[in-house]
Amino acid sequence: MKFSLSWLKDYLDTQATVAEIAAALNAIGLEVEGIEDPAAKLAGFRVARVLTAAPHPNADKLQVLTVDTGAGEPLQVVCGAPNARAGLVGVLGLPGATVPVNGMVLKVAAVRGVESNGMMCSTRELELGEDHDGIIELPADAPVGTPFAEYHGADPVFDVAITPNRPDCMGVYGIARDLAAAGLGALKPLAMEPATGTFPCPVDIRTDDPEGCPAFHGRVIRGVTNGPSPAWLQDRLKSAGQRPISALVDLTNYVMLGYGRPAHAYDLAKLTGAVMARRAREGETCLALNGKEYALTPEMTVIADQAGVHDIAGIMGGEHSGCSDGTTDVLLEIAYFDPERIGATGRALNLTSDARSRFERGVDPQFLDTGLELLTALILDTCGGEASDVVRAGQPPLATAVVAYDPGLAETLGGVAIPASEQRRILTALGFAVAEDWTVTAPGWRPDVAGAPDLVEEVVRIWGLDNVASVPLPRADGVARPTATPAQKLERRVRRAAAARGLNEAVTWSFLPVDEAAAFAEGAPWVLDNPISEDLKAMRPSLLPGLLAAARRNLDRGAGSLRLFEIGRRYLRGADGASDERLTLGVVLAGDRTPRGWATGKAQAFDAFDAKAEALALLAEAGAPVDSLQVMGEAGPQFHPGQSATLRLGPKTVLARFGMLHPTTAKAFDLTGPVAVAELFLDAIPARRGAVGFARAAYAPPALQPVTRDFAFLIPADKPAGDLVRAVRGADKVNIVSARLFDDFRGQGVPEGQKSLAIEVTLQPTDKSYDEAALKAITDKVTAAAAKLGAVLRG
Amino acid sequence: MGTFVDYAATGQAALAEIAAAEDLDTIEQLRVAFLGKQGSISGLLKTLGAMSPEQRQSEGPQIHALRERVTTALAERKAALESAALEARLAAETVDLTLPAPEAPRGSVHPVSQVMDELAEIFADLGFAVATGPEIEDDWHNFTALNMPESHPARAMHDTFYFPDASPAGGKMLLRTHTSPVQIRSMLQHGAPLRIIAPGRVYRSDSDATHTPMFHQVEGIVIDKGIHLGHLKWTLETFLKAFFERDDIVLRLRPSYFPFTEPSVEVDVGFALVTGPDGRTRRALGGHGDDPGHGWMELLGSGMVNRKVIAFGGLDPDEWQGFAFGIGVDRLAMLKYGMDDLRAFFDGDQRWLSHYGFSALDVPTLSGGVGTPA
Repeated sequence: MKFSLSWLKDYLDTQATVAEIAAALNAIGLEVEGIEDPAAKLAGFRVARVLTAAPHPNADKLQVLTVDTGAGEPLQVVCGAPNARAGLVGVLGLPGATVPVNGMVLKVAAVRGVESNGMMCSTRELELGEDHDGIIELPADAPVGTPFAEYHGADPVFDVAITPNRPDCMGVYGIARDLAAAGLGALKPLAMEPATGTFPCPVDIRTDDPEGCPAFHGRVIRGVTNGPSPAWLQDRLKSAGQRPISALVDLTNYVMLGYGRPAHAYDLAKLTGAVMARRAREGETCLALNGKEYALTPEMTVIADQAGVHDIAGIMGGEHSGCSDGTTDVLLEIAYFDPERIGATGRALNLTSDARSRFERGVDPQFLDTGLELLTALILDTCGGEASDVVRAGQPPLATAVVAYDPGLAETLGGVAIPASEQRRILTALGFAVAEDWTVTAPGWRPDVAGAPDLVEEVVRIWGLDNVASVPLPRADGVARPTATPAQKLERRVRRAAAARGLNEAVTWSFLPVDEAAAFAEGAPWVLDNPISEDLKAMRPSLLPGLLAAARRNLDRGAGSLRLFEIGRRYLRGADGASDERLTLGVVLAGDRTPRGWATGKAQAFDAFDAKAEALALLAEAGAPVDSLQVMGEAGPQFHPGQSATLRLGPKTVLARFGMLHPTTAKAFDLTGPVAVAELFLDAIPARRGAVGFARAAYAPPALQPVTRDFAFLIPADKPAGDLVRAVRGADKVNIVSARLFDDFRGQGVPEGQKSLAIEVTLQPTDKSYDEAALKAITDKVTAAAAKLGAVLRG
Repeated sequence: MGTFVDYAATGQAALAEIAAAEDLDTIEQLRVAFLGKQGSISGLLKTLGAMSPEQRQSEGPQIHALRERVTTALAERKAALESAALEARLAAETVDLTLPAPEAPRGSVHPVSQVMDELAEIFADLGFAVATGPEIEDDWHNFTALNMPESHPARAMHDTFYFPDASPAGGKMLLRTHTSPVQIRSMLQHGAPLRIIAPGRVYRSDSDATHTPMFHQVEGIVIDKGIHLGHLKWTLETFLKAFFERDDIVLRLRPSYFPFTEPSVEVDVGFALVTGPDGRTRRALGGHGDDPGHGWMELLGSGMVNRKVIAFGGLDPDEWQGFAFGIGVDRLAMLKYGMDDLRAFFDGDQRWLSHYGFSALDVPTLSGGVGTPA
């Protein structure tokens, strides 16, 4: 919402400075987004008279002027304007001035060999208009030497953000009212003399859609002269950022901007028969004033006559019946439209307008007659003509909120004690009717007020939010209690464990290109209706694709070694259409695990065991029983089929998958070289019993030393080593505390199709040391357990 | 009978031989030669038995002294040779320790995670638990229950991402535009009194240097009896002072409008324009915004929870009231740690992550200070 200081002063009697007004606007919730001060823009430009004009010796189209600036010697100025001539009074930009239209700083310079000490300006150069055919011509009596800003009238313009609850402040008068309540001056009463109708309104006006258009008031003014608006009106509209069109159109806009009251003027000659508000009919269209044709539906309210639709009600007028310079008779429309209907129609048509933004927020239903009278008076003054009687169809919803208010709420809700008398003054100044018993009736222009908290807001914002003092929140006794849930603690712990293992945490988009999401999805991923781009369209069903894309970007930038992880949600579909978001950790290892080194030789790429190491270490930190996990297949088609696996707790619960990326997947992500990945399904980790707190089971270190024994088995080459290790470890649960595989050998001495696996078994004696018989018994158990898998102890 | 033995000369000769020994083998040979069972000095000792008591009296000490001298010399020479051998071995084992040691990769925690941990820590001290909710929300939780009915103009201001899918309740599924739905879910789940913060990802259909379609927000809500704007102001002041680790944080409250709060308050914070050694000027929070060289920046939106929202949360607005606020986590991180491009947060550039990330051990704690010095 933009308006000039002089416009504000039409409604507000004030001596306040621009800075004071701006501060007050901010303080009462009308946020100042900018103040444009034309005086600053026009600094360095002066009223000046051309004394002589002579042809430029070196250029046909230029002249050399001597210009009187009102002080000192006349200046020599080179000028290309055809209208430059001796005697002309215009505007001279002096060296150092900045030309508003292009930001060029003027300086003394030679133009085609002739020194020029400034520039005579056109209206476009000063951003005062579009004219660039010649330089500005001021009246001959304009005071030479005066700063042009002073002569032209420097009217500062405020740009204020209006929150959606304040349709009243979408008119300058409403802003003036708020400022007056805040003590910035006195609100002037509306200057209005109702025009007496001199003839009955010749048009039948009605509303056939009392829901969408509860009230439709109108009148005809005949014998008007339309044309360009007078300068004062043009200036006003320009200050508000509007383009002047013609007096009739400009005046309806002036009433809208000044009082927040949209209205419409129809060229009566273009109308046929009765004019009514009604629902649009299937298939009807309207060519709106923006030149676009809109297809209407029966959910929309329109203004129509016998011939058809003339106006998308409350949003935009139609091209056909708009006023033009030839208009002599007008029908004025002032209506009340249902805010929800306007909003729905505007959204459906994707059409915004100044009228819509006011109607959908709610205009004052009590202001129809007043608005019409203001508009009538302005038209009669500006365009002449005579007005008909007013016709009123329907009845606007006049009832406003009545609130049983308690002034004590200012303190108990607003946090600041405000004297009751002051609260009464503030509410009254804002237009509320305050009864003796504090029954408060809202004015028609405040549709946002519904209850006591709204009134607290009113009194506190005018009294000053700065006056609210800080009050400590009551604090629970004792030491602060833990506030994180086990899942949150787990997430924090695993994150820092991953970082401690040398992984860099990334945060990548939740949404992906559809094909990348589909490549990692098990069911149908969530796909947006209105994505910002095709690259950000489907919600990730896995953390890997986002990390792989990040890996590609890093490798493209020349990264030699990459260790990325992310903790976040993967998005699945839950029961009955809800979202199922699960905490997940993804790891991507790409490039070199170790670079070439003086001690280690050639660079080594990451392999599947690196991914396994990360998966197991992080699962352990997350509290998963890693010793009980089984390594099984089926990591997914995105993985190398021979170098990937899942980690499972029992056959069904998958806690993680890891391995090398399938070359096809790598190619799809433009990744070259081996890439190891792991994905941990943190949500699947069973909660540890007794995980809260730091309690530990009792423990006493064994008194006797452990004993180690090595076993080497021959086993078919396709049998998983992990199965044998598990079998060995489980062979004697009392004595065997660990079994560690330390050699996997094939070749000389090992039959074809077999491999030799060597396992170091650690035995822990409890109450007495082992004798030969005891060791033999354990060895037999180990051998027997291995035999079940087809493993034979090597001789 | 008397065989004169010159013990002194024998000793001199033995000591000379010992001193000349160059290795441990020679020392051993000499030991055997002098002190072994058949050794020359051992032989002398054996002669004592055949001596007369007088002779033994005079010869005995000399022989014993000789043996003592030789034994000591052998031990000393042996120790010297061993020491020399050790030194030689160690000298041979010398390595160039300016060669690089094996490198361990340095991991890092993303600034957004770090800031969220800081927030959780600060608010834990104020009694706020951390709550979460789904990011794929339904329009009831994201809008309707927050007093934004279908026709509300504020809905359009939210640049919402929608899904074609219907919600379980028959509404639309969407990406939450703010963390505020967690207010509703927490009230419905936990009732009152309630003190929570809800950090997480939020989404708006918006993209430029300062806006990304995904960003992070933290919501705070207190529902209790007798809670008013003064408590809100104190809570925000306390939180911001703790977070930015400065006592001179000054807030400016401005009336504003949010459908879910009434009264609604926009909060500005004062900053100073500081020019660094690189000549770049940046905003450093602190100080009064109206002071010379200072200004105000909009930081967050807040207010007293709208009665309708409390009722949608299943609570009686005549009994309970409270405040809520929402603030951008990425923005907080940028203001505290100085990043200037939001888009870089989500790129996964390892160089950026290493530079702006945090060590795993920089766990924010109240006792250690929630911030991490650069």
